Amino acid sequence: MNIGIVVFPGSNCDADTYHAVRDVLGYHGQYVWHEERSLAGLDAVILPGGFSYGDYLRAGAIATTSPAVRALKPYVTGGGLVLGICNGFQTLLEAGLLPGAMQPNLSGQFRCEFVHLRTERADTPFTCGLKPGDVLRIPIAHAEGRYLIEPAARPALAAHRQVVFRYCSAHGAVTPAVNPNGSEDAIAGVASPSGAVLGLMPHPERASDELVGGTDGARIFSSLAMWITTGRRPSMQPVEVH
Amino acid sequence: MGGGVRTVRVIVTLKPGVLDAPGQAIQKGLAALGHAGVRQVRAGRYFEIELDGTDGLDDRVRDMCEGFLANTLIEQYRYDIV
Repeated sequence: MNIGIVVFPGSNCDADTYHAVRDVLGYHGQYVWHEERSLAGLDAVILPGGFSYGDYLRAGAIATTSPAVRALKPYVTGGGLVLGICNGFQTLLEAGLLPGAMQPNLSGQFRCEFVHLRTERADTPFTCGLKPGDVLRIPIAHAEGRYLIEPAARPALAAHRQVVFRYCSAHGAVTPAVNPNGSEDAIAGVASPSGAVLGLMPHPERASDELVGGTDGARIFSSLAMWITTGRRPSMQPVEVH
Repeated sequence: MGGGVRTVRVIVTLKPGVLDAPGQAIQKGLAALGHAGVRQVRAGRYFEIELDGTDGLDDRVRDMCEGFLANTLIEQYRYDIV
């Protein structure tokens, strides 16, 4: 198993992610400079959090011009797995690898706190060790995490079961009071229809070690490891879009 | 490609109806400074782009806007060529 962590100018969670993957979980990880043109040989690619290119233009927008991000489409077509965390999620949206866009938090604040996530889908490479309804406690740290999707695209999002995580209470209830950024439908994480590409605003790498207050985030990385080592492949369930 | 250098001025703003949190914060700031009657502020970004050649300028600028300068899911753009 070989997990690549892409490093952009302005990434600041690359080392945390590397630490979680390699030192805490004991998987093989490697940094991938954003100018890398090929992602061949990597079982999964992680776009870490941070402020790539200083968030100039829009969060994640300039990162989409990096060769490594431009290599993601063929990489995914070839069976690759991609996890975008926070700024990595924003980059996947800007790159068109996931639907939707990010807006500043409704509160106008940069929110840095633990939140709870309800698992909506457990048949993805990143959630296969979870059950639907499982609640994870993982921190967020963002100013622009209000997920938005155009009305015309909502039916497809639902039909393809692309919402993987929603903000919820400690008991799994999705209410406006526990939505930290005003995301539409309390959406915290979105996947491609097959589940091979996942973006989420919360930081699992910051909840992978008891030392920093929790290990729920490690369940996402251990799901990924289980998926890869057992040789599972994403499968698209046929769905009808109405 | 035709010769010459042209300057394109592009303005990107949020689409009407998309909540503009920075715009609202700026509006509150103006009110706090005592500026009365500020009904709304829409924030945006401004680009001046110097381009070689004049052929197909509109297509080139639209390409830049739709593919990169604006996220057309939530933003709109306008430009002029000087």
